[in-house]
Amino acid sequence: MFGTSVIVFREVLEAAIIIGIIAAATRGIPGSRRWMIAGVLAGLAGSAVLARFADVIGSLASGIGQEIFNAIVLALAVLMLAWHNIWMASHGAVLASGARAVGSDVRDGRRACSVLFLIVGLAVLREGVETVLFLYGIVVTGGQSSMLLGGLFGMSLGITAGYMIYAGLLRVPLRWFFSATSVLVLLLAAGMASQSAHFLIQADLLPSLAAPLWDTSAVLPENGLPGIVLHSLIGYDARPAGMQIVFYLTALIAILVGMKWAKRSRLSIHSITGVV
Amino acid sequence: MKNILFAALLLSLNAVAADADYTLVIREHRFQPSELIVPSGKKIKLLIVNQDATPEEFESHALNREKVIAGNSQATLYVGPLDAGRYPFVGEFHEISAAGVIVAR
Repeated sequence: MFGTSVIVFREVLEAAIIIGIIAAATRGIPGSRRWMIAGVLAGLAGSAVLARFADVIGSLASGIGQEIFNAIVLALAVLMLAWHNIWMASHGAVLASGARAVGSDVRDGRRACSVLFLIVGLAVLREGVETVLFLYGIVVTGGQSSMLLGGLFGMSLGITAGYMIYAGLLRVPLRWFFSATSVLVLLLAAGMASQSAHFLIQADLLPSLAAPLWDTSAVLPENGLPGIVLHSLIGYDARPAGMQIVFYLTALIAILVGMKWAKRSRLSIHSITGVV
Repeated sequence: MKNILFAALLLSLNAVAADADYTLVIREHRFQPSELIVPSGKKIKLLIVNQDATPEEFESHALNREKVIAGNSQATLYVGPLDAGRYPFVGEFHEISAAGVIVAR
């Protein structure tokens, strides 16, 4: 039962951390909650469907279908998180001042909400497929109810952890709040870019460059709780391949540049309208 | 020119064929063989055949690899090139019985 809890907890935690951070980062955007709930539901439904066809997906592209699928899901999530952060860089100040989105901003806000839907949906989908497969395996092999109970326990622990991150972030004072959440989202995205590279290396579609580039598994193992949390939070990997670091830094720098650019273009629009 | 291209193609095919192929079989939540000996310094193509009805996740922190293999199906993954040493792996969904090690020499 305990083992079951740990496995489910690990899968749920990754999605819960992403959702917790995004939920905090988008407070004040009208309709964001509804879109996030819809994202969770769509992600769960998608997980069930994909788990059903796991053998088909796995056998695609001569046995590396799963890696390609994971890499695509992660790459999409990186793009959506990047878009979200760049959008928040230009709108965060307005939201922080408590002003309600009006006029063209409503349409803008709606687009931001559909991005939320995708981010949450993809996060649930990626972790959900594995959880569904695992629980399905338990049910098929006799389905001891204690193991299922363990699964439920792990799931609620993971959700609680996600909620604690959300509640903790909401306590951050407003003047640091948007910088705090945007740094977290930035690191989430970079970590996912690194994971995406990891799957492409596993499928032999990318060279690993140096593998591993370093080994910190003795100090901070990936299967301990701190390692698991850091893995979901900032993409920590105890034995990363060089190519993963290339992806990590590329995503990090690209999003930072986009955020700087968005902030500047927003400021220049303001100064122009100020003159007129 | 054509000949050069052809030679290059053959060479690259050779390079693919030179990737050593190894197979792990999962049966009754155990890996067979539980100890797989592979050459060090070479990229390995690993075929994992799951003969159980239940899905399994091949996971190795030492190899930095993880992959779900659906019930009654098989999947491919690549590891290495590895330094000489022992690289333990588990079937995460049945960690008590499903454990093994890849030994690179």
